[in-house]
Amino acid sequence: MTADSAKGLVLPLTALVALEIWARVTGLQSDSLAPPSDIVMALFGALADFSILAATRDTLFSAFAGLAIGTVIGLALGIAFGISDTLNRLMEVTVESIRPIPSIALLPIALIALGFGYRMEIVIVAFACVWPILILSRAAVRSIEPRLMEVARALRLPRLQQVWKIIIPAALPRIFVAFRLSAGIALIVAVTVEIAINPLGLGAGIMLAQQALRPDLMLAYLVWIGAIGYALNVLLVVAQNRLFGRAALSGDGR
Amino acid sequence: MNRTVILWRVASFAVAAGFIALWQLIANLKLVSPVFLPGPDRAWAALVRGFSTGDLGSKLIGTLEHMAYGWLLASIAGIAIGAVIGSSRTMRTYIAPSLEFLRPLPVSAIIPVAIAMLGLSQAMALFVISFGAIWPIMLATIHGFAAVEPRLYEVARSLQMSRLAVIFKIALPSASPDILAGMRLSLTVALILSVVCEILAGLDGLGHWVLLSARAFRSADLFAGVILLGVTGYVTSVAMALAEHRLLAWQAAQR
Repeated sequence: MTADSAKGLVLPLTALVALEIWARVTGLQSDSLAPPSDIVMALFGALADFSILAATRDTLFSAFAGLAIGTVIGLALGIAFGISDTLNRLMEVTVESIRPIPSIALLPIALIALGFGYRMEIVIVAFACVWPILILSRAAVRSIEPRLMEVARALRLPRLQQVWKIIIPAALPRIFVAFRLSAGIALIVAVTVEIAINPLGLGAGIMLAQQALRPDLMLAYLVWIGAIGYALNVLLVVAQNRLFGRAALSGDGR
Repeated sequence: MNRTVILWRVASFAVAAGFIALWQLIANLKLVSPVFLPGPDRAWAALVRGFSTGDLGSKLIGTLEHMAYGWLLASIAGIAIGAVIGSSRTMRTYIAPSLEFLRPLPVSAIIPVAIAMLGLSQAMALFVISFGAIWPIMLATIHGFAAVEPRLYEVARSLQMSRLAVIFKIALPSASPDILAGMRLSLTVALILSVVCEILAGLDGLGHWVLLSARAFRSADLFAGVILLGVTGYVTSVAMALAEHRLLAWQAAQR
């Protein structure tokens, strides 16, 4: 396994060294490329003056706030639709006609209604996060072992307690999987909104670096954004394995 | 379709119509300023007007073109690269880890780099859209190739098939469900990136249309554009699902 992971490093390292040598030998002057060593220096510079850290805070704040709102709404709807087949069938057309709207299309609406800043970004992120959570938590609730629901009925638990004590714990592993997917989407949407229009966070930082003709800083931002995305993913996968183990995978009811 | 299914459908449409009526009511009572929220009547009128003057139609075609070119390029390149990587174990061990590292990168972050290289041009949009759309297709192809039933490869070896024949006659057909699922995912990515590129580069398309409408506070036109984008997302994904169903019919019959 270690030999294989070492092999995985060969390609990126070779590419980096090749780019470095090529840039140094040709004395590269470009608006879009920079030698890797300059990119590392730019990254350290941006870390030292806290500019990239402040941008990261802004982006993650918007992404997580949107994710939280989207999760609450998506979960509430998903559980309601999962419990009540009537409600699910009645809302089908409404849900299926709003869901395919690309989240980024809401950007101009959010822009005129809320202006630039955190709020419009949070609204768009929340909209994007609602759907995967809704769909997956609905499926999770439906696949709950029917005997658990019989127990709940036999105990005459009120509806709210049924949800709180039986449904949510039973569906939690798969709900967490949905949450993990949505966290990735939240980061992507937040960065995309910032790049497209919102003067805030990492997306605005990378656009500014491009407009200032600083390819080293621009690529440093790109590397940093990639690292944040990777770290977030790893963190959530580890959390999922720690918290739920195989339950997250085996909850399909198959 | 039996009768209960139809009845549920009708009821479901009625609920949706109820929401639209509620929207109309909110707009009529001016609970939300009409600058931000036009009623469905005004949005519909803007949609009709936009199509009759031809403005909206040409923007729609612009967006569809960006989306289609980027997606097709991504499909061809993604399947080709994925097939090369996926059909060789050595390639997989060397390349797959790098791909896994790049996968969670928000693809829109490549936009500034593309602008620096190609300027605010159609080429930039094509590059960004296909770069974003290639990932799901390529990763699905690699996965599909890696998951081919090993006995099929043994059969190929005993028949002494060439590598190209193995790819086209065995690996591609058996990986096709994965590949098509990847292509469907990419369709959404392509639409989103088309809109972003149009907003940023001012290219002819619905993204540019909605942004201009927002800047001018023409909310009816804005909603018309957003509705059209929703319809585009819906129709393309339904068309893809139908194509998938058709193309995979032979497999469903086999199982």
